[in-house]
Amino acid sequence: MSAVQDPAAPIAIPTQPDQAAIARRERLRFLRRSPTFVIGCVLVGMWVICAIFGNAIAPKNPEFPDVLNKLVAPSADHLFGTDRLGRDVLSRVIVGARAVLVIAPLATLLGTLLGTTIGLVTGYFRGFVDEVIMRIVDAVLAIPIIIIALLAVVALGPSRVTLILVIGLVFTPIIAKTVRAAVLGEARLEYVQAARLRNERAPYVLFGEILPNVMGPVVVEFTVRLGYAIFTVATLSFLGFGADPSIPDWGQDISQHYQFISGGVWWPVLFPALAIATLIVGINLIADAIAQSFER
Amino acid sequence: MTDPAIELKDLEVVYRVRGTDRSVLRGVSLSIQPGESFGLVGESGCGKTTAAFAIMRYLPRNGRVMDGSITVNGQDLLAMGGAEVRRLRATTLSMVYQDPAAALNPSIRIGPQVAEAYELMGVDRGAASERAREILAKVQISDPPRVMRRYPHQLSGGMQQRVVIAMALAKDPTLLILDEPTTGLDATVEAEVLDLVQALRQEFGTSVLFISHNLAVIAKMCERVGVLYAGRVVEEGPADQVFQDPRHPYTVGLLRCIPRGGVRKDEMALDTIPGFLPRLGAEIPGCVFEPRCGLAEEICGTEEPPLYPLGNGRASRCYFHERAHLLPRNAPAQIATARQGNGSPLLKIDNAAKTFRQDGQDVRALVDVSLDIKPGEVLGLVGESGSGKTTFARVLLGLTAPDPGSELELEGKPLAPKVEKRPEEQIRALQVVFQNPDGALNRRFSVRRILGRALTKLRGLRGTARDERTRELASAVRFDESLLAVRPAQLSGGLKQRVAIARAFAGDPRVVLCDEPTSALDVSVQAAILNLLAELQVGEGVTYLFISHDLGVVRYISDRIAVLYLGRVMELGDAETVFGPPHHPYTEALLSAVPTLEGTERARIRLEGEIPSASDPPSGCVFHTRCPRKWGAICEQEEPPLKEVEPGHFMRCHIPLEELRRLQETPPPASAYSKTTS
Repeated sequence: MSAVQDPAAPIAIPTQPDQAAIARRERLRFLRRSPTFVIGCVLVGMWVICAIFGNAIAPKNPEFPDVLNKLVAPSADHLFGTDRLGRDVLSRVIVGARAVLVIAPLATLLGTLLGTTIGLVTGYFRGFVDEVIMRIVDAVLAIPIIIIALLAVVALGPSRVTLILVIGLVFTPIIAKTVRAAVLGEARLEYVQAARLRNERAPYVLFGEILPNVMGPVVVEFTVRLGYAIFTVATLSFLGFGADPSIPDWGQDISQHYQFISGGVWWPVLFPALAIATLIVGINLIADAIAQSFER
Repeated sequence: MTDPAIELKDLEVVYRVRGTDRSVLRGVSLSIQPGESFGLVGESGCGKTTAAFAIMRYLPRNGRVMDGSITVNGQDLLAMGGAEVRRLRATTLSMVYQDPAAALNPSIRIGPQVAEAYELMGVDRGAASERAREILAKVQISDPPRVMRRYPHQLSGGMQQRVVIAMALAKDPTLLILDEPTTGLDATVEAEVLDLVQALRQEFGTSVLFISHNLAVIAKMCERVGVLYAGRVVEEGPADQVFQDPRHPYTVGLLRCIPRGGVRKDEMALDTIPGFLPRLGAEIPGCVFEPRCGLAEEICGTEEPPLYPLGNGRASRCYFHERAHLLPRNAPAQIATARQGNGSPLLKIDNAAKTFRQDGQDVRALVDVSLDIKPGEVLGLVGESGSGKTTFARVLLGLTAPDPGSELELEGKPLAPKVEKRPEEQIRALQVVFQNPDGALNRRFSVRRILGRALTKLRGLRGTARDERTRELASAVRFDESLLAVRPAQLSGGLKQRVAIARAFAGDPRVVLCDEPTSALDVSVQAAILNLLAELQVGEGVTYLFISHDLGVVRYISDRIAVLYLGRVMELGDAETVFGPPHHPYTEALLSAVPTLEGTERARIRLEGEIPSASDPPSGCVFHTRCPRKWGAICEQEEPPLKEVEPGHFMRCHIPLEELRRLQETPPPASAYSKTTS
């Protein structure tokens, strides 16, 4: 070995593994091996398939009223029984997935986009604007989400677009708060100051430099909120504020049949309720697994 | 010879990472006699802390002792069951960690927290509290009853570390392990904590295992020392002999990396150690240091050298220990001499002040700082934490707006208080290298993108021109081109700092602020970075404002030095003027607090009390509350101005220069100092 190294020679390469790539790979492996995540995916995947191919899968026409066979108990012909108009409950549950699975993800996406933007801006700039926005956020958070949503839907009239806007806006504050907390930690780091010291504009600092470093909390927040959004959509349609009364909808079906439970007719309520429950549980399982994979 | 208090024999420790065992300690043997103080030195990643954890039986879950033995007072530690280990930890073994704030439970008051150590030994509650008061008095905490009612966060770092030491000593342990106990503390506080440990050791007769990366601290504190490299003790012996006459090439190299004995950049470049620490758990058939050793021959790569006893308790694990001192230099000694600063000032700072509003109180972080920085010079800025060093840097950079009335000028043109308001050429001219490269580089971006973005923004380069300049920048900081595609997390600390330096130089700056650029790095890496900075300064003709708390580093790199205390410049002058007497009394105290490797202990000037709060600074001279040379009533009543005491040498002190010169020929009054024996 030569004694003195050429000082102008580049220093030797310390090949360390790419920690970020390893972390990403390990996160994926953790998710694949996590029973929580797999079960969640199976549950959610099932409903996504129903939402997309509902009409093809459904054994019967969900809209067809078989007036001779009203409120028939589950049988070989009607696996989930029929409802008060004689419609096949199984087919309505399958087709009904679409109503929820269009509105809830879009609303959550809207809320995540807005909330992330507000969180970035307030967490980075701090100061007066931050104080004002955060106090408004606190005020909004103090009122139950469903009441705000209800008021807004009453004022604007129910439609798909209204529901997406309303639920998205209602979720914005809480997402903003979570993202802001993450941004506060990042904004202290010197790479942000280094960006200011090369004349970067604020939007680049926010979305180009800081956002990639807070994607973890954003993804977790999105999945968690998605569960809540589904619940909110179902609740609103149960209360009669669904997007479209003419298409099959789990919440609406429950609300139209719960008075029959006392008469021993449980099937038109139980199956849509189970549908809501399994979808929300599935999404929460996925959310838990993703959050865990980031925490490890 | 009595039985050792603790003995490690051929200790092998592995960490299981991703399914494979990686060796961390490779047959470590050492023994510590009762009452002896043993130092373990080495750079980060050498296994120092793992050794401590193995002794405490505190290895992380993936860590395992594969082989060897640990004997405490003749008992086999590794054979013990859980209950026995806990009893041993409660009575015999104590450990003090680096970060006292994390070692104390934040929600328990100091009193009950210290008393708990006694309660664990079966002392009843009332007596435990009384004993806690006594031990706190022993670690020189004034007014223990008051401190016992406080929560940990209400104490300063130095006080917290005293409390942790008090808890560790509560059980009168056989062995006290100190893992970097003063690394986070200021120089004057560190000196006091070290004095305290020294005094307590004599009083309690405890054996001490002192772990540190700081060789000077080990030289001051320990009788014997072991040098750890890649999990192996490569050299061992009495501390003064090992440091004066090292017999292993690693020790030789390490000692050459440290700027000491007043060596300056224009006299000699620091030596460096080539290459990198072997990867955790790498297979090493021969000597662990062979890949980086300038003396290595064929045998070194194939056969593990035995530990050669050299007499007098010394040993070296090197075939060529007799000529270890002949290790050839890695970095050439010559260095192009820097252009001394002259001409009109490049950066002119007049009355810079910054007041923060905190909990309704004004905190004056920076008070009336006036400085000129000349083109091509290196101005060193030293001071303890809270002295306003970083605030000053941030004000200059425009990251923090100074108080109105502060005037900053760059090349004769005023600098706007906020960076966003400064014209592009001023932004380009004033760049920074931060202390912590982990935070300074966006961990989501590749090195190429980090440098490329800076070139686009500061130089307007795009496309191939940008790529070409990126490669030039990388080679200027000796950063291998093939690494441009990787992200910072894949790089070692030194390489990350090179990227940060390259980025600072992307826009051809006039002034680069270096805010503790080597404080987070190991000494061998620090040496390489200092050499690089010195070389770039000459090559690019830039000016540095170099901030550091490490006096050796500042002395090495700086042409002029400003000493800050509570936001004020206390002394300013050429590096050698400031480091040579007569000093400002604060500078004098600061210099005496730093342990040296030469073994020539300066008379220690003990500073009374703590650094006062900037929200409530003392009247008159802000240093009078701790000043060992206090002159008289005038010091308490009137703040001295910063005046030119001799050409180019400024001082903020009432005592005339000639008087200081006379005073500093003799040690300060007996009450204010203590001579430490080593």
